[in-house]
Amino acid sequence: MVALDDVSLEVDKGEVLAIVGGNGAGKTTLLKHLNGLLKPTSGSVKVFGKETKEQSVAELSRKIGLVFQNSDHQLFSETAESEVLFGLKNFGFSEADAVRRAGEVFSYFGLDSLRQRAPLTLSGGEKKRLCIAAVMAWNPEVLVLDEPTVGQDYLSKGRILDTIRQLVAAEKTVLVVSHDLEFLWPLDARTVVMMGGKVVADGDSQTVFSDSPLLEGAGLKQPQLVTISKLFGRSPSFRDVSDAANWLSRR
Amino acid sequence: MVGAADEILRFEDLSFKYMGLDLPTLQNVNLSMRKGEIAVLAGASGSGKTTLLRCINGLIPHIYPGEYSGRVVVDGLVAQDTPTYELAKKIGFLFQNPENQIFMFTVERDIAFGLENLGVERSEIARRVDESLKLLSIEDLRNRSPSELSDGQKQRVAIAGALAMGPELLVLDEPTSLLDPRAATDVVALVKELNAELGLSVLLVEHRLELVAPIADQLIIMSGGRIWKSGPPVEVLASEGIHEVGLSAPTVVELQRQLRALGRWPGKIDLSVDAFYSEAKETWR
Repeated sequence: MVALDDVSLEVDKGEVLAIVGGNGAGKTTLLKHLNGLLKPTSGSVKVFGKETKEQSVAELSRKIGLVFQNSDHQLFSETAESEVLFGLKNFGFSEADAVRRAGEVFSYFGLDSLRQRAPLTLSGGEKKRLCIAAVMAWNPEVLVLDEPTVGQDYLSKGRILDTIRQLVAAEKTVLVVSHDLEFLWPLDARTVVMMGGKVVADGDSQTVFSDSPLLEGAGLKQPQLVTISKLFGRSPSFRDVSDAANWLSRR
Repeated sequence: MVGAADEILRFEDLSFKYMGLDLPTLQNVNLSMRKGEIAVLAGASGSGKTTLLRCINGLIPHIYPGEYSGRVVVDGLVAQDTPTYELAKKIGFLFQNPENQIFMFTVERDIAFGLENLGVERSEIARRVDESLKLLSIEDLRNRSPSELSDGQKQRVAIAGALAMGPELLVLDEPTSLLDPRAATDVVALVKELNAELGLSVLLVEHRLELVAPIADQLIIMSGGRIWKSGPPVEVLASEGIHEVGLSAPTVVELQRQLRALGRWPGKIDLSVDAFYSEAKETWR
């Protein structure tokens, strides 16, 4: 059986791409090709124009930072600070440079007060932001988030969304894999739908999220704002609730 | 027998402070659940949900030391005075990740595991395993290895294992968080079915309120170790200040709240998009 079948996909520098699909659609397998954890049995994967087959995982990870779904698989140091320093030292940054960069990401992601905490005592949301901070510390060009909202509450989801927007503003390329379309909707990202190892749709979020049969077939649920927009015949769909309330109140 | 006969769960002014912590994790918690009810428990990370669950199966105060005051009553048993193995007979517990709960080589053996541990007679085990497989519509998975099942199927096997023990109360701690929307919707529908068919009481911890609020009789929201609000889901979700406790109402509820604030929504607040749309057509005709 093949987990990925005839997948063709190009991502531009500075783009935000959402990859959506049900469990077993091939999303995580696709991500593992980006940093060379998997290499294609046929076809090719190029990162910044160069075949992943010709690069080591370490080389690729320097350019592509992966944040796993389960933060506990990524966190193992005794303090949040040493967690961030660990990756930096592995990539050969000098002690002074590593400490400076760690300081920068802690303040950038609003995690200063957690520096000396043991990562496993942090809340789910804090752990997620620490994982992102630890990866961003070595300044990879591309950040890949695998199901960042699993187990996260509303506040934490909002902070993750803000973090993604911050990175986009800093001209980073961001790939978000998720089946949480309610979360992705405000991001307005180009969206790729995967099903059975294939890419079955690739387009802007208005088009993809409006296609109810496509989403349903892929095991996904349309964001409520899109469903409401369609029912009231409003196109394009509302991006936020206040817009919808104002528009509807004038009817 | 303590407490009212139609109550499955009662917290009376319960407070708990873990040993070594400066502040209590639970403060003066009062709540009650009727038999046959589905209650949804929600709250931001760190609001005390996990600690509250530990008080139900008796891990607090029996295993986790700390300062405990007030009382928890589970189907007539005072948790503090009842050994955890006695409470375990009343309560089926299910966690986020079914993989932590499934470990035998076949689905059938996995479901039988808990009963075998209790020394239940062989023929009775076979009967209860059959019954659970049937209830969950997974008879075809009987001889499969759990490791080759999808996440949704694994969660069904874990639920079957809990049901085989014949619990009075099923406690589900974020059972759908690893599942995609379709599988999550299926599990929620299944919980409702089991509740309706068996009269099983269910306490469900879940963040995705749009998914579970429609099947709940009671919505309980925690914040800072206290019960912030509890009651019928629509009333609780439409309350002012829900964002301040780190939660959001489903989009459709938020929309109706905002329309009401604009003076354009005189009617009741609906939980589903379809019901809202029908109501809107009537209201704005």
